Amino acid sequence: MADQVLDAKGLNCPLPILKAKKALNSVPTDGTLEVLSTDPGSVADFQAFCRTTGNDLLEHDQTDDVYRFLIKKTG
Amino acid sequence: MAAETKCMSIIVTKGSLDWGYPPFILATTAAAMGLNVTMFFTFYGLSLLLRDFNPQISTLGNTAMKLPMGGMHMAMPNMLSAIPGVDAAASVMMKNLIKKKGVASLEELREAAVDSDVRLIACQMTMDLFEYGLEDMIEGPELGGAATYIECATQSDINLFI
Repeated sequence: MADQVLDAKGLNCPLPILKAKKALNSVPTDGTLEVLSTDPGSVADFQAFCRTTGNDLLEHDQTDDVYRFLIKKTG
Repeated sequence: MAAETKCMSIIVTKGSLDWGYPPFILATTAAAMGLNVTMFFTFYGLSLLLRDFNPQISTLGNTAMKLPMGGMHMAMPNMLSAIPGVDAAASVMMKNLIKKKGVASLEELREAAVDSDVRLIACQMTMDLFEYGLEDMIEGPELGGAATYIECATQSDINLFI
């Protein structure tokens, strides 16, 4: 179970990323954030976001139209 | 995590609804990704900083512009732009689409930029030219000129002109 869950369903670029960044601020280091999104662009974007910020993208998958990302905050 | 913080600068020269999106989307996203971001607002871009702003789109000269309508895409011939109210109506249509598709409003993105400490510089020369004062602007912008921007650009990894 993630430390925090962000429901970004129905939001379009760049809102899922902006809201994820905001949510990560209140996640402790080594804690996890789960993001749910319906924006197909967020698949590439969350990978790029994590590569650039150094956070770990532990899991990402898709159920129907919903994309799920599990991010571990590293710093 | 990168050893040193990356920096990005954007020169913002246009103030219409559609041209306002790219600079604010890129600035807020870059800030969220840990970059130091500076936006330099000049000429019509200045209007994006106005306290009281109502950005519109213009159909004039926008030959590739097509808005979805009833499953089709409606083109916007230049002739239409001459008719009073057409640009306003097109702007309303665009704003409705923006809401419907879960796209952030420009106001929302501007707020996010301020909240994420994006440095906003209003071009002093254009402020004089268009007779604006900082009191016409939202809280946050500082005044600067070309040299202020160039100094920032020399220290940036990404420099964009929009």
